[in-house]
Amino acid sequence: MNEAGQARSAAASTTPAVELVSISKAFPGVQANDNVSVSLYSGEIHCLLGENGAGKSTLMGILAGMQQPDSGHIRVAGQEVVITSPRTALDYGIGTVYQHSTLVGALTVVENLILGESRALRLNVSRATERLSEFSAMLGVEIDPNALTSDLALGRQQQVEIIKALWRGSRVLILDEPTSMLTPQAVTELQVVLNRLREAGLAVVFITHKLHEAVALSDRISVLRQGRVIGTIDREQVRESSPDELESAIVHLMFGDTLEDASAPELHIAIEEREPGSAAPADTVVDSDGAAVALELNDARVRGDGSQPGLDGVSLQLRFGEVLGIAGVDGNGQRALAEAISGQRRLTHGQISFLGAPVASLSVWQREKLGLRYVTDDRLGEGIVRSLPVSVNLVLKRIGHAPYWRRGQVKRDAIDRNARELVEQFDIRTPSIDTRAGTLSGGNIQKLLLARELTGEAKVVVFHKPTYGLDLKTTRTVRNMIKGLRDGKAALLISTDLDELLECADRIAVLSRGKVVGIVENGPGAAEQIGRLMIGDVSLGLAAA
Amino acid sequence: MSDGVIPAHPTDVVENVPPPVGDNRQERLPRSRRAAALRDTLIRSVVPVILALVAGGVLLLILGTNPLKFYASVWQNGVQNGSWQDSAMLAAPLLLIAVGLILIFRANIWQLGYDGQYLLAAVLVTGLGPHITGLPSVVFWLVLFLLTALVGAIWTLVPALLKAYYETNEIITTLMMSFVGIDLANILVKGPFQDPTVNIPQTRTIPSNLMLPSIPGTRVDIGVIVAVIAPFLAYWLLTRTAFGLRLHVLGANPRAASHVGINVKRLIINSFLISGAFVGLSAFVDILGVWGYVRSNWNPAYGDTVIPFVFLARLNPLAVIPFIAFFAILSNGGDLAAANTNVPTDFLLVLVALILLFMTVIEYFGRQRDLGQSYLPPGLKQVFSRPIIPRRRGTREVNS
Amino acid sequence: MILVFASAANIFSKPVLTSLLVGGLLAGLPLMFTALGETISERAGVLNLGLEGMMLAGAYTGFLGAYYLHSATVGFVFGALGGMIGALFMVVLCVWLGLDQIVVGIAITLAGEGLTSVLQGAQFGTTYPRLGAPTLASIPLLDRIPVVGPSLFNQPPIAYVCFVLAGLMFWAFRSTNIGLNLKAAGEKPEALDAAGVSVIATRSWAALATGALAGVGGAYLSIVAAGVFTPMMTQGQGYMAIVIAMLARGKPIWVVGASFLFGISLSIATALQLAGINISTDLINMLPFLTIMVALIIFGRRAYLPPGLAVPYVRGMR
Repeated sequence: MNEAGQARSAAASTTPAVELVSISKAFPGVQANDNVSVSLYSGEIHCLLGENGAGKSTLMGILAGMQQPDSGHIRVAGQEVVITSPRTALDYGIGTVYQHSTLVGALTVVENLILGESRALRLNVSRATERLSEFSAMLGVEIDPNALTSDLALGRQQQVEIIKALWRGSRVLILDEPTSMLTPQAVTELQVVLNRLREAGLAVVFITHKLHEAVALSDRISVLRQGRVIGTIDREQVRESSPDELESAIVHLMFGDTLEDASAPELHIAIEEREPGSAAPADTVVDSDGAAVALELNDARVRGDGSQPGLDGVSLQLRFGEVLGIAGVDGNGQRALAEAISGQRRLTHGQISFLGAPVASLSVWQREKLGLRYVTDDRLGEGIVRSLPVSVNLVLKRIGHAPYWRRGQVKRDAIDRNARELVEQFDIRTPSIDTRAGTLSGGNIQKLLLARELTGEAKVVVFHKPTYGLDLKTTRTVRNMIKGLRDGKAALLISTDLDELLECADRIAVLSRGKVVGIVENGPGAAEQIGRLMIGDVSLGLAAA
Repeated sequence: MSDGVIPAHPTDVVENVPPPVGDNRQERLPRSRRAAALRDTLIRSVVPVILALVAGGVLLLILGTNPLKFYASVWQNGVQNGSWQDSAMLAAPLLLIAVGLILIFRANIWQLGYDGQYLLAAVLVTGLGPHITGLPSVVFWLVLFLLTALVGAIWTLVPALLKAYYETNEIITTLMMSFVGIDLANILVKGPFQDPTVNIPQTRTIPSNLMLPSIPGTRVDIGVIVAVIAPFLAYWLLTRTAFGLRLHVLGANPRAASHVGINVKRLIINSFLISGAFVGLSAFVDILGVWGYVRSNWNPAYGDTVIPFVFLARLNPLAVIPFIAFFAILSNGGDLAAANTNVPTDFLLVLVALILLFMTVIEYFGRQRDLGQSYLPPGLKQVFSRPIIPRRRGTREVNS
Repeated sequence: MILVFASAANIFSKPVLTSLLVGGLLAGLPLMFTALGETISERAGVLNLGLEGMMLAGAYTGFLGAYYLHSATVGFVFGALGGMIGALFMVVLCVWLGLDQIVVGIAITLAGEGLTSVLQGAQFGTTYPRLGAPTLASIPLLDRIPVVGPSLFNQPPIAYVCFVLAGLMFWAFRSTNIGLNLKAAGEKPEALDAAGVSVIATRSWAALATGALAGVGGAYLSIVAAGVFTPMMTQGQGYMAIVIAMLARGKPIWVVGASFLFGISLSIATALQLAGINISTDLINMLPFLTIMVALIIFGRRAYLPPGLAVPYVRGMR
């Protein structure tokens, strides 16, 4: 940490730039914030750390004017204020970078920046372009003012977001999960930008659920849990502790008594219907190492969505008994890969073989029946139909097929029996099997999807970001299930979470712009190799494969 | 998704979902909740009608007509003295169109080409019917039955293919095809199908012995029976068959439909064809039951008036029956009542519009109070946002 | 053979050509006004299926204004107000309360059709009083252009207003804050909200402007084109305007071009009659729709609509 910077900012932080005092906010069924008080100081990076659902985003939403607190108040520079809208927040000098982009993709960078800036009729593009270059210089970044924001890389878009939040002279900057969509390199860049902002004397708050980020970036850390601040580690303590001490202190705060419980493999689901040890059908293809090949892609090409890359000649081999990880920054063809394998997207070139037989021309249902399954990342968007009951969602991939339908007519008993079994086996917490699936929590929806895909004759399962947005406990359960597939089956694990890949996968392929740029054996040093491959450091590339 | 920002407004999309079609789950609700659900449905369906009648009455007062007298006249001319039979015959084509629309709206496809489909089928019945001779009347009816269904279906084919293969907005294409169909029908009436013995351009008349027979003891033709069977058939399709569930999945979440392996293209085309066939059949019962011929520039525009009731019935094919009956009485009695009380017949349009407006308002208050389900599948709005752009994945966390 | 040749030559004769051009222009004007209006609200994320009703409301009130106050200008102002009354329902029910835009739009159309017919009947019975011929204004110099000049640049003043409007919108969409706000409201309303501009207000004004323009379009039909108000006189032009707006992808210049093309096919009947060719009016009526269908089949392209269209905006809702 920069000693001079610290000294400078320490002097500035006498009165808090912003104080949130006893904020409470409830939503139907959830107490999102419960008497929360937090103070933000100028020249300081303050981290709000907590698990998903701890109330971090709600708290910052209140400060940013997106939501009104039920009780409590806000002081800006010692003055009590009422923030009724995003506009008032900006007027009080509070700028926000949301987790989801608020940039309008169809507008240029400059247009996005001046959106809502002035009440004048004419747009003043030239002055805005000048200001943009000033900001760029301050942050040490380079941005084309006339590019459409939808054409920019995610890291670049985030820089535009930061500039936008500061555009009207904000002194407080809120960042909501700023690293969730970034490459490791872009995270480093962000770190540089944040340090520059701190040196410029701004109060920066960032929200995260990643421990090491909190430790690496912040001057002060507040830990939230279930809507309450359960502890704040102030700057003296942050400065004096080593990262390891800090981490263990935080872990203690975050999980306290529940940690033991969460780490216990309490839910090991044995995939039934196959006697253990039967690695693969006898007539399967065997690769050069002698292991049976479950799934093989040969120069597979697929179109992407819009400007995103599809697959540009991917060749992969997945053997029985292994978990093959696919690393890469989001939007580099992951979805195309998963959908090409599941049958949702047609190949334009190449072949996919499953158990040695070509399957590229088979439908989703035919592949499903053969035992090739796909657990989608877009659980609500395509995984389930929210308005249908849990029981029907569990047979959604078998509509019209026995035993749930006979001669086109529904057999409810069979559907319900299946549902009761799976709900029990996979521990899906639902009031009943008739409950609409859309009302379940994210974790339970994921369990529903897993139940649907892992039953029957599942042989190879593709997982796409399987623990994204899940709580710690369910995450463990899901990862155990994936690892459990090594027992005679195979899994393709597509994830943007490097830790997850390192934990679960045997080998990790790196996907970049629709190509596999390298395959790394999991082990010491794998993380660094993967990171280099992700940014296109080809010197290392294929040698690792 | 991180803290899953919970909607500040209780109107999450989760609440605005149609009843589970693939499964009539209401059977399993406890009695009290079932009663409450029924009450809510009644409130949402009947109150807009009553409010519209009241507001329409006020309008009549302003126009100098006694609303009580007007509504009494509607009742007299729509129900009493055997006029219910005319209302029933008017209801028949409306019901078939309603069924055709409900089936495709369930799939969240906005087929609005009913006028062209109906008129073309009607014109072909009257144009070709008199030329088909020497067949037993039952076979004659069967042939025309299939013909009308086929014509209605074929006229949806281009929008169906465009929608299935290019995601072309079906509102545009079905409306365009409808306008083309209306003009084409007129060309046929004034050209090849024109009856040379009459001065006004119109088709030849179906001989009375080939018109559909009446139900014994009434003037009501047996086409009405066909029309009443249709909603039950549709209900069975929607609740009991794999086809019905696929429609629901497509309507509620088109991306899920392709994810779970539904052949979306084929399903879209099939739903168009079925919808068009039902609309075509409405011409069968209407022409062979009531009119017997078609005049040029004649367009009863049944579909426009059916749509509000399709919504009021929440896309439920059984619930639509009483609404259509109501409208048939209103329309049949209203025409005469309007003539008797000197009110323009287009007053009925105002009533229908008022019903729609009140329905949306009740819907609003219902949503505030979380009354039952909504009348529109949430995705229906997305019909208008093609190309399908992946939306924010909305999430709402309830008890982990 | 000779006969066919002769009539083919006639098609390109001077009177036919000018009547085609001018007729297309005039027949296209109500579409142009209305489609320009729809372009504004679609850009802001409000789908207005009530255009037909708003046009009729404008046609009726516009006619009343012109009839009783003896001024076409007053008539157009009344027409704009009439359309705005229809749009007010859209604003309150859809933009403010977030109710379904499709259903409310259909209701507005039905109400417009019914109410104007009922009121016209209550007021004039079965008589349809006529207005005098509209006054024309010619543009100096331009009206001296040979062949097309005299008829093309000698039009009712409202025609020029329409083109000025299109130009104004073109400029506003490109280089004003209003244009930027409208686009953001349709593309990503939460971004506009976060920038401190009210989405609700932006959309409300857009919807009102649409109503006003549709009203003027309708008033054009009753005041200039027909000189009389008859029930249902718009004959589906509101829907045509929606299609034009969707196909023009929010670009005013394309709206002008498309409306002109539609206008030509609407007016082609007159031109062909002048040329002595007798073609079924139904066939000609069919042409614009057929053209669109053929275009859609050939290009197979999707009409672009902003992602926020027809989705009510509620702050904090994801």
